[in-house]
Amino acid sequence: MPEVQIRKKILVVEEIFHEGGPSSPESLRRAAALVVIKNPFAGAYVEEIEGFMKDLTPLGLEMARSLVAALGGDPKAVESYGKGAIVGSAGELEHGALWHVPGGYAMREVLGGAKAIVASTKKVGGPGTRLDVPITHINASYVRSHFDAMEVSVADAPRADEIVLALVMTTGPRVHARVGGLKASEIKGENGLR
Amino acid sequence: MTALNAGLKAGLKAKIRKIVTFVEETSTEMGQKVDPPARRAAAVAVIENPFAGKYVDDLSELMAIGEELGELLTERAVAALGIAGPSAESYGKAAAVGENGELEHAAAVLHPKLGTPVRRVLGKGAALIPSSKKRGGLGVALDIPLGHKDAAYVRSHFDGMEVRISDAPRANEIMVAIAITESGRPLPRVGGLTKDQIKGEDGLR
Repeated sequence: MPEVQIRKKILVVEEIFHEGGPSSPESLRRAAALVVIKNPFAGAYVEEIEGFMKDLTPLGLEMARSLVAALGGDPKAVESYGKGAIVGSAGELEHGALWHVPGGYAMREVLGGAKAIVASTKKVGGPGTRLDVPITHINASYVRSHFDAMEVSVADAPRADEIVLALVMTTGPRVHARVGGLKASEIKGENGLR
Repeated sequence: MTALNAGLKAGLKAKIRKIVTFVEETSTEMGQKVDPPARRAAAVAVIENPFAGKYVDDLSELMAIGEELGELLTERAVAALGIAGPSAESYGKAAAVGENGELEHAAAVLHPKLGTPVRRVLGKGAALIPSSKKRGGLGVALDIPLGHKDAAYVRSHFDGMEVRISDAPRANEIMVAIAITESGRPLPRVGGLTKDQIKGEDGLR
């Protein structure tokens, strides 16, 4: 299968102190790792694409590790995650779907066996397309305080024959979470849902 | 309610809602390897605009905030690149004022006092810090101009970096950005003054 060709890497770190309410003693951090790669299937319909997932695995692990490092270096500090992809105009949505396995399992591995499914989104778009990457708790998808999203974009990507791959991690709930529901302290952690 | 700006240096005048850092590393362009990769970072603070919604003649409070942010954001950008201040090659600054503020508020943050601490963190910086400003809504694209820090005419380092934050600036906020690079554009080849020709005396050449 084709080698992964990387044009650029971007790391975005947000440190949020408040959103009009009380500041918490510790700020919330959210980080996104974005990598712009060449789409090896751009411009034609290719039936067999599955093998590219394996090619993306090392990159997924590298991105997941860079996020943990950007959030302070301790995988235990990471509470929620998400992933996404933007496919350039000469590709198809299905090419973005190649990111589910290598992106998701990379984060679960680096975080030491997170239980919840990794929330995800994808789209086909031009350079500068903005993607709202959904975020949920790493061990229990129903934790309401951690339902969130982080908007990402790259001004000059994806070009037509490129894909932007995204992984996101955070250190906590929304900064003023107060709409009830399952709390992180109530997680049973058996099935990844509650 | 706990203190504002938790975890930041005590006594800041700026009321900071969030700080976002961006690091970009370009390793390929048009199929050509960029070696070493072109690297640049931007640190952006979202602050409350103390003068939103009213005309105030004396803008010195925002000038003092500019001085604080010059240090804080330059330190963040350099740290995000993982380099020592003196290794920085080019720089730029920009601000976007929310709809209840004036362009002059951006000018007060950027121009009178922000540059001195930037240069202190970088060790030098003979050149003018290129700047841009605008008023806009949430998610506005802010293009930070870039130029070599010691000689404004170094052509390989004329550049710009776009940053945006989806939820800023709110009407009563200002986004303040500083960009720092470790290199010029990827694959520069339009001639002009090169960085090894810098005299570094007048900030121009």
